[in-house]
Amino acid sequence: MIRPHLNICYHAAEIERRIDNHPPKESVTMTYRNTFRRKAQTCLLAGALMGLASSAALAQPPAAPPLPPGSPLIGRPESPEAAKLAPVSAPPLPTPADKLPTAKLKLPPGFNIEVYASGMANARSLREGDKGTVFVGTRLVDKVYAVTPGDHKVKVIASGLHRPNGVAFKDGTLYIAELSQISKIDNIEENLDNPPKPTVIYDDLPKDEAHGWKFISIGPDNRLYIPVGQPGNNVLHDDAHGQIRRINLDGSGAEIVALGVRNSVGFDWNPENKELYFTDNGRDWMSEDVPEDKLNRVTKAREDFGVPYCYQGNISDPEFGWGHSCSEFTPPVALMGAHTAALGMRFYTGSQFPKDYKNVIFVARHGSWNRTKKLGGDVVAVHLNKDGTVKSVEPFLTGFIADNQYLGRPVDVQPLKDGSLLVSDDWNGAIYRITYGKQKVASK
Amino acid sequence: MIKAFLGCLALWFLSAAAQPAAADEPLETCFACHGEKGVSQNPLIPSLAGQQPAYVLVQLYMFREKLRLFDAMNDMAKNLTDDDLRRISDLVGALPPPPPPADAGDPARMDRAGALATAEHCNSCHSADYAGRDNIPRLRDQREDYLAQALRQYKSNERAGYDGTMAEVTQPISDAQIDEFAYYLAHLQ
Repeated sequence: MIRPHLNICYHAAEIERRIDNHPPKESVTMTYRNTFRRKAQTCLLAGALMGLASSAALAQPPAAPPLPPGSPLIGRPESPEAAKLAPVSAPPLPTPADKLPTAKLKLPPGFNIEVYASGMANARSLREGDKGTVFVGTRLVDKVYAVTPGDHKVKVIASGLHRPNGVAFKDGTLYIAELSQISKIDNIEENLDNPPKPTVIYDDLPKDEAHGWKFISIGPDNRLYIPVGQPGNNVLHDDAHGQIRRINLDGSGAEIVALGVRNSVGFDWNPENKELYFTDNGRDWMSEDVPEDKLNRVTKAREDFGVPYCYQGNISDPEFGWGHSCSEFTPPVALMGAHTAALGMRFYTGSQFPKDYKNVIFVARHGSWNRTKKLGGDVVAVHLNKDGTVKSVEPFLTGFIADNQYLGRPVDVQPLKDGSLLVSDDWNGAIYRITYGKQKVASK
Repeated sequence: MIKAFLGCLALWFLSAAAQPAAADEPLETCFACHGEKGVSQNPLIPSLAGQQPAYVLVQLYMFREKLRLFDAMNDMAKNLTDDDLRRISDLVGALPPPPPPADAGDPARMDRAGALATAEHCNSCHSADYAGRDNIPRLRDQREDYLAQALRQYKSNERAGYDGTMAEVTQPISDAQIDEFAYYLAHLQ
C-alpha cells in the first residue's frame, strides 16, 4: 500500500518540477496545474512523515507481478479505489429512438439538436458521401451502416468485418478500416441495396487488439492516413506501432507521417494551410489528473510526439522516460483533459454556424473510464489562432454525463454539406444532428 | 460427456419445437440445457444463475449475429428481436446465484491459484469477489470445465470476445495456469 502512494508523490513532485520548467501552452491546463501543485505539496509532507515511520517497508518494495503485454491494467496502482476502475464496453443493442437522451443535451444559445438516425448498434466513425449518404463504422459489432439522405433510412452495407471502426470516402469509393486491413467498395452510393463485398487494398498491419481499431481519413494529398496505435497502455513499441502512416489509394507507397503516437482515433487537415492535426489518447493509471489527452499538429514528416517517453508534452514517463527529455519531442498544441478519450475531430468549414465557428475544430471526447469522476463525454470546439496555435478549447455539446454515469458517449463528428454537424454516439447506437438558427419542423 | 451433451441438445430441440424461441415463457427452454434454475449439471454448458444481465445480453446478441459460434445457441437466438434479448437477459439476471460449491478445494492449491488470479488482475474487471459487473461476467459458482474451455477458446482466438480484452490477456497464460484459474473460481466459497 505504501509504494504506490510514494509513486504518486514522486509523479506529483516530478510533474510540478516540469510544470515550472514548461510554461503552459494555453489556459485550459491551469486548473490541473494548480491541482497538481497542491497534490505535490501534500505529498512532500506525507512522504516526509512516512519516511520516518516506514523506512523498513520502503527497503523491500513488493515485486510487481508481470502483466501480459497489452494489458490495459499495466501500471495500475495497488489501490482499492483504482481497482474499481475498469473499461466497460458499450451495450450491443441500440437504444430505441424514443429513449435517446436528446432532451438532456446542452448547446450554446441558438443551436438545436435532433436525432438524425438511430438503431445502429455501436455507431462510431462518420463520413459523408458525395450524394449525402452518411457512412458509419463500428468497433464492437461487425457492420458498416449507411444512412440515406432525405429519409435517413439505415442500411447495413457490410457485415462479417473485424472491428470496422474507420470509414473514408473519395470519388464515389468507400474505404473501410478493420483491425488489420483496409478495404474499399467502389460506386458505393449507387449500390447501397446490394453492395459488393469490400476489396482489400492494404493489410500490412499488426493484428493487436489493443488500440488496433482505426480511424481513417483521406488527406488533401489524396493519400489515406492510417494510425497504428501502441499495442497496450504503456509499452516500448516496435517500428510497426505507435505511428500514423499514409498509403496511396491503391494500397501502395506506405510511409510514416508521425511517430510517438499512442492511440489516435481522429484527425483532419487545417483548411487554411493543409497541416494535419490529430487527437491522441494519453496513458492510463499514471494518476487521476494526468496525463491529459492531446491535440497535436504535424508540421514535418516523421515528427515524433513522444510516446512512450513523454506524455502531454511535459511529463516524463516514470518507466520509459529515463534517458530522455520531453524537449526531444513535439509538444501538443492543446491539452484535452485527463483520460477524456478525445477521439473524432473535424474542422468546420460550413456557413450555417455563426462566424466564430469558421475553421474551429470540433472534437468528440468519448469520456473517461480511468478516472473516479468522469470527464469528457462531450463535444468541444477548439478555436485556433491565425498561426495554427490554439486560442481556446470551449465546451460545445454537453449533458452526456449525469450522476457520474454516461447517458451517451460521443465518438465522431461530421459536418454535412448543408453546414449542420453530425455527432455519433456508440453507447446508444445513434447519430444526432446539430443545426443553428430556427429549428425546422421536420424534427417533430 | 458427449452423450450427456447430445441428450441435452435433443431435449432442447424438443422443447424448442414445442414452444417458439421468443420468450414470454420464462427461461424453461434455457433450463433444458443450462439446468434447473440456470444451475448447469451438463458438461461444458455454463450455469446462467447469478450472471450479470448486461453480459448475458452481449452473449445473446453475439450468438444471434454469429459473432460467437455455437450451433445450438446460434439457432436458438437467430429469430430473437432486440426486445427478446433484453427480456431474456433481465430474466436470467434475476435468477438467484447458484449455491456455493460444496467442495472448498485443496487449501494449498486454492491459495496458489488465488494468488495467480490476483497477480493477473482478474479481480480488477471481474470484481474482487469474482461476481462480475455490468457486461463483465460473474466467474464464481461456474462450472470448472466450462471456465477452462472458455479461457482456452479466448487464448486460441476461437472465441474472439466482444471487445478483444480476453483474447489479449490470455496470451501469456499457460495451459496449466488455465486449469488453475478454473479450479480456483469453481471452488471459491
